[in-house]
Amino acid sequence: MPESNLDVRYVANLARIDLSDDEVSRFQNQLSNVLAYVEQLKSIDVTGVDAAAHAHPVFNVFREDEPKPSLEKSAALKNAPHAANGLIMVTKVVE
Amino acid sequence: MEIFELSVSGLLDAYRNGSLSPVDAIDALEARINAVDPAVQAYLARDFSAAREAAAQADVSLPLGGVPVGIKDVINVIGEQCTAGSRILESYRAPYDATVIVKLRAAGAIPFGRLNMDEFAMGSSTENSAYQLTRNPWDLSRIPGGSSGGSAAAVAAQEAFATLGSDTGGSIRQPAALCGCVGLKPSYGRVSRYGLVAYASSLDQIGPFTKTTRDAALLLNAIAGKDPRDSTSLDRPVDDATALLGKDLTGLKLGIPKEYFVDGMDAQVREAVEVAIRQCESLGAELVEISLPHTECAVGVYYIVATAEASANLARFDGVRYGHRAADPKNLLDHYKRSREEGFGSEVKRRIILGTYVLSSGYYDAYYLHAQKVRTLMRKDFTDAFEKVDAIICPTSPDLAFRLGERTDDPLKMYLADIFTIAANLAGICGISVPCGFGVAEGTPRLPIGLQFLGKSFDEPRLLQIAHAYEQSTPWHKEFPTVPSGPA
Repeated sequence: MPESNLDVRYVANLARIDLSDDEVSRFQNQLSNVLAYVEQLKSIDVTGVDAAAHAHPVFNVFREDEPKPSLEKSAALKNAPHAANGLIMVTKVVE
Repeated sequence: MEIFELSVSGLLDAYRNGSLSPVDAIDALEARINAVDPAVQAYLARDFSAAREAAAQADVSLPLGGVPVGIKDVINVIGEQCTAGSRILESYRAPYDATVIVKLRAAGAIPFGRLNMDEFAMGSSTENSAYQLTRNPWDLSRIPGGSSGGSAAAVAAQEAFATLGSDTGGSIRQPAALCGCVGLKPSYGRVSRYGLVAYASSLDQIGPFTKTTRDAALLLNAIAGKDPRDSTSLDRPVDDATALLGKDLTGLKLGIPKEYFVDGMDAQVREAVEVAIRQCESLGAELVEISLPHTECAVGVYYIVATAEASANLARFDGVRYGHRAADPKNLLDHYKRSREEGFGSEVKRRIILGTYVLSSGYYDAYYLHAQKVRTLMRKDFTDAFEKVDAIICPTSPDLAFRLGERTDDPLKMYLADIFTIAANLAGICGISVPCGFGVAEGTPRLPIGLQFLGKSFDEPRLLQIAHAYEQSTPWHKEFPTVPSGPA
């Protein structure tokens, strides 16, 4: 496991979260401690061990592709922060 | 006995022999909540008139007919708030019922109230709620545990007959232990997650808080089973969880994992659990020393796997379809970044950043993939153990309830509160916490201690049999705190 060189501001941008300077320095400190703690995992030999993505691996869970009633449009729009004319309004994507 | 003191089974008996009606139960609940919740602050919302209407129409011949069940504010109930303890969902109203709610209603139960929690179920003290501090009913200056702190405190304070919570790394069992009630985390895949706001999808599981193990079995019976809407719910027969209750422990082997009795745990917790282990032996169980060699990896693996999954799950909070949207964004990037900055609290941001980091280019193999491989080894620890024993007996939490504010500045110390519960989530097995005594802390004569049993995947009937046998041979489940009326 590499030495952590966590750059909180860079990662926060990847995660699309603005952070205050205070949060950046606090998280830098706290998360460096957490990463130092998880360093202990590197002493575990995992040669030939498969990764477990789930507790009970299940694959290809299919159902019949049948149309069924789903959420009404009005219900789906109810929680949108900005809706008009039966549509969700979004911030301009193309300049 | 007051109505609010009844268990779910007691309530059902009283309904069926006609001595009580579901409306009486709602009335009693209302009086009790009004008396104690100003101090405990377990509920974020409740609607007595809607509950009374449902109670008036309840069919008491159904398995949970007319039983009000409190709901953690992370499970969707149509028309009700579902904040997940976060500002980002402050104005959200659930457009549908989660599958567990559909099932509770089918069993005759009345989903009632919204219970406080750590934001997005991230925390061990419920102090990460954006809304209020819930207090431990045994000492109002202490935390109720978390993340399902409201669900645990409500049952302990007898302002709920039973509640639902969710458990990703111990969020049912740890608060149950610290509040002195029963908390059951079913095996992964036993209960549908559809309609549960996702934190870490490979670990999350919904389960009940109750006053007794029998009640936990009754609630599990109602909510368990394959759901076509959750592909990770498994198509396995749902055995009656009450089937083995009342059978004794003769011939059963209980494993004592040496790694769960560590330096640094509270001496009173250790002693109470050791007494409980001897109690199980006197009930006929055979004790077997076992080893779960990768126990010390649990917290590290968890904080990589869970935060990685959280960073992906919480990407959906983009201020577009639901949730908070920042005012007057300059552009799309500003829209995302400010909506999330304003909507999420500190712990959620911290975990999203950690999760994003461990999945980022150059670190994925070293952190995430490596952690998943260690997770395989942890699963194998349990598979090996369950070849020798029927269940594992150990503490639920290394500590008694700590004081509000005591650990909020030290996330790592907070994370270590989950050291005995996390492994069950990583391995997908079932676990239950039951009260096993009291400890003394500064200024507090009685703080509950939890005993944890861990069982094989889908072996809930056996797990409940063992927990029930222990419970019925001890007085602990009959003890409830005296909660003062009025605000803390």
